[in-house]
Amino acid sequence: MPAPAERRIIFKHIDEEGYSNDLACYQKHGGYQVLQKALTARPEDIREDVKKSGLRGRGGAGFSCGLKWSFVDRKSGKPIYLVVNADESEPGTFKDRYIIHQDPHQLIEGTMISCFANDVKQAYIYIRGEFPEGARILERAIQEARDAGFVGRNICGTDYSCDIFVHRGAGAYICGEETGLIESLEGKRANPRIKPPYFPAVLGLYQCPTIVNNVETLCHVKHILDMGPDEYLKIGTPNNTGTRIFCVSGHVKKPGYYEYACGEITMGQLLYDVCGGPREGREFKAVIPGGSSAKILRFGETFTLKNQDGSERVLKVEDIPLDFDTLAACGTMGGSGGVIVMDDSVNMVEALANINAFYAHESCGQCTPCREGSLWMKKISSRMVHGEAREEDGELIKSVADQIAGRTICAFGEACSWPTQSFVLKFGDEFKAYNEDKKTKSADRLELV
Amino acid sequence: MIQPAQPELVTVFIDGQEIAVPKGTNVIEAARMVGTDVPHYCYHPKLSIAGNCRMCLIELGMPMTDRATREPIMDEATGKQKINWIPRPQIGCGTTVAPGMHVKTQSPMVKECREGVMEFLLINHPLDCPICDQAGECKLQEQATGYGRGYSRFIEQKNVKPKRTRLGPRVTLDDERCVLCSRCIRFTQEVAKDDVLGFVDRGSYSTLTCYPGKELENNYSLNTVDICPVGALTSTDFRFKMRVWFLKQTNSICPESSVGVNTVVWSREGVIYRITPRRNDEVNDTWMPDSGRVLYKEVQAENRLQPTGDPASDLLATATRLLQGGAVAVVGSGRSSLEEQFLTAKLARQLHAATFVVGRTGAGDGILISADRNPNTRGALVTGLISEVPGDLAALGREIDAGKVKTVVSVGEDLSAAGLTAEQLAKVAIVYLGSHANATSAAAQVVFPTLTVFEKSGSFINQQFRLQKFASAVPGLTGATDDRVVLDQLVTAVGGESAGSDLVSVWRELAAGIPGLADLTYAKIPDTGLLLADDTWSQLTFPEGESLHHQPAAAETTA
Repeated sequence: MPAPAERRIIFKHIDEEGYSNDLACYQKHGGYQVLQKALTARPEDIREDVKKSGLRGRGGAGFSCGLKWSFVDRKSGKPIYLVVNADESEPGTFKDRYIIHQDPHQLIEGTMISCFANDVKQAYIYIRGEFPEGARILERAIQEARDAGFVGRNICGTDYSCDIFVHRGAGAYICGEETGLIESLEGKRANPRIKPPYFPAVLGLYQCPTIVNNVETLCHVKHILDMGPDEYLKIGTPNNTGTRIFCVSGHVKKPGYYEYACGEITMGQLLYDVCGGPREGREFKAVIPGGSSAKILRFGETFTLKNQDGSERVLKVEDIPLDFDTLAACGTMGGSGGVIVMDDSVNMVEALANINAFYAHESCGQCTPCREGSLWMKKISSRMVHGEAREEDGELIKSVADQIAGRTICAFGEACSWPTQSFVLKFGDEFKAYNEDKKTKSADRLELV
Repeated sequence: MIQPAQPELVTVFIDGQEIAVPKGTNVIEAARMVGTDVPHYCYHPKLSIAGNCRMCLIELGMPMTDRATREPIMDEATGKQKINWIPRPQIGCGTTVAPGMHVKTQSPMVKECREGVMEFLLINHPLDCPICDQAGECKLQEQATGYGRGYSRFIEQKNVKPKRTRLGPRVTLDDERCVLCSRCIRFTQEVAKDDVLGFVDRGSYSTLTCYPGKELENNYSLNTVDICPVGALTSTDFRFKMRVWFLKQTNSICPESSVGVNTVVWSREGVIYRITPRRNDEVNDTWMPDSGRVLYKEVQAENRLQPTGDPASDLLATATRLLQGGAVAVVGSGRSSLEEQFLTAKLARQLHAATFVVGRTGAGDGILISADRNPNTRGALVTGLISEVPGDLAALGREIDAGKVKTVVSVGEDLSAAGLTAEQLAKVAIVYLGSHANATSAAAQVVFPTLTVFEKSGSFINQQFRLQKFASAVPGLTGATDDRVVLDQLVTAVGGESAGSDLVSVWRELAAGIPGLADLTYAKIPDTGLLLADDTWSQLTFPEGESLHHQPAAAETTA
């Protein structure tokens, strides 16, 4: 079956001839009209609309946005903060950066609507330190919006006031974890907080109720209000509404970002029809569907899933519809939408060595399993690729990962152990035979990050 | 005595054992109450919860209820409410009890979690127990016996970190042994209020260090050594001096100020090696100042008063002759024990002598050093030695100048340091009881070498009017006599009646003579002290300000 047409909502105007990231262009395309409309509504109605739309977070966990907002402690008497998580750091993910570069006002409008809906008087955009250009663009765009009365005091002439500050990170993956981000925003080392008691919705930024949302998620809020939740619900599949931006990288002919209705396109359609299939003379070997921390899928493996009526269906990797729930049922996740494709030129031990080097470098070091385990895994996998692999190393490295997942303060424990667990589980033969393979197949010296 | 309010209780089930614990208790403490130890490193009862070591992971379950009706869901087989076990392990330190909560501390999953954490903590640890000062009191060693693998699966290079780092004048750091529990950091932030410690670098390379250009030099720095669960932070004074398992522990009270910090004195073969705090939640929690820890050095100080070689009977005869000459003044001490003060007062009564106590004040630090540097000013009041808050000896000086006082008995007080001039000292005969040489002992006609607080037993009454006892940690200096014995002999020599100078006898007298101490014996004083009624002295103005667990009475009324 050929792939359906792209359904561009977030990227509607991006890449259009003549579309620029300044306010005039944004307004010419209907910008800030939704904000003006929203300001006439009751905040609780907007929250209800977002809940009804089924919007799920686009940062990685896919948690219901409406539900997240409903947890906010609105009776504490403390100010409520909204923090935009623009610390896009998951390897393989490059959608938020693109939104910020190409269409910053869309983010600002979505943010302001969300602020109004949640009675927020101060919002922060926490942008990754490696995005200096993005930070400059946002600063300029916010100033434009402020001058035009869309941000700051008395927005659009109403008595609602809310400002946005841009805060730049200093280059750490863990700052994308919401409580680590909050610590960093407070000027501290980004050690994630323990939950309980520090749930951001109750004890977040400066111990006040705080909402942390991903860039893409907040952009969706604007479109939900624009088309109405009922209309939005029609996009995608039940419980997996709206569109998703897939950032496809790796061994396909046409890597890039593609926006599709959630669950309406399968992995096969995306990789073969949309991205042009594997390179000449190569075959797909594996794909990581949601950023490097998501569990890898091996081409050729099958998944037996239960249908709602109790019957079973068997899916190949190519058949998996790209939504939140099916990917989760297949033991992986939609995550941040970073689809990383590997063909048969890739040795999985070497690929894992690269991923492990990244996570060992990014562990904050606060809690024992992740701190010690991530570096141990890196040490094992780099030793393997440097000529000292042992047959038992695959099992060893997996057992280290098993001792991390589920036992840490934040989700980094899973992020760093899922790649190892899934690589060894699905490509155990390669781990066993790595040393032998190296002798027979000459490989270039691998430089690790 | 004021009875504490009864806390609200919550019923929980630890490994199936039902127990009611106060609301707000965490799982580690709740388990402790049923006698179950949940191993941990970063958790400390007197610090905030960090939850970072992951050693205290437990399984947690809550009774199941129907979401719609909130009716309990029953297990038909057992007739009990079904328990919904959370699939992920939870940290015991960060989990507060809730009604009906079920906890598993011994399940296979919990054991596996502990073994995993132990393995992780040891892979980069130098495993240098044979040369490590913490050996014998190391949590890592202790837990390794229960949850260690016994061999290592780690064949990689270990991380290299700074060793033998001077963190401050009294603390030495070995970063390779550090398990990054952050107890020391939290202590300096939360208790010492001197935020100088922190981690730099990240991941497994995280390293404890001091803020650039600063040192860990506050007067509470050695508490970080006490709470360090491993051998990373060591006391520069104590390290390499003695293996801890050779040391005898004696409960004591720090004589540094009227706070009355509860301590343990560690000694071997009559020599003291270190002093550490002893937990008392009403007084010092688990802390003590650094300055109190070096006081043991006075035991072997060069200026200890040595016996002169004269027979003790000669000393006593000379002293008796002087005292019988009349016009005697007695200078007691706020550093003496309650028992000594009682005998001092008894001697003064027998001699019809005026009594004085030297006040000793300094700036309080708001934590565990109070403005009153006498550990037992309250004792002098309770025993009737004095009836006012002590000041200087100006009044005694005037009486000497007026020729009304011919002989002064001083119990451990240096009269010249307390304000008497050399001329005044020259005008009187001095009978001195004390442990160390000073201007007064040099000027004295009779000197009785006595014992330091570490060599004798007794009790102090602290700023809260809490009666606390200390025990002799090491034998006294040869030839030196317990103050109680000397005072009792003097009482007898001047015609008084001795009831015995041992603690049992003195306490029999104390209990009979002082209403507030009726029915008490030395043995009955609890290890954490006994709060006495203080109404008799509520009109007095004491020098102490606010400190840990102490609000001065005046502050209460104005607040």
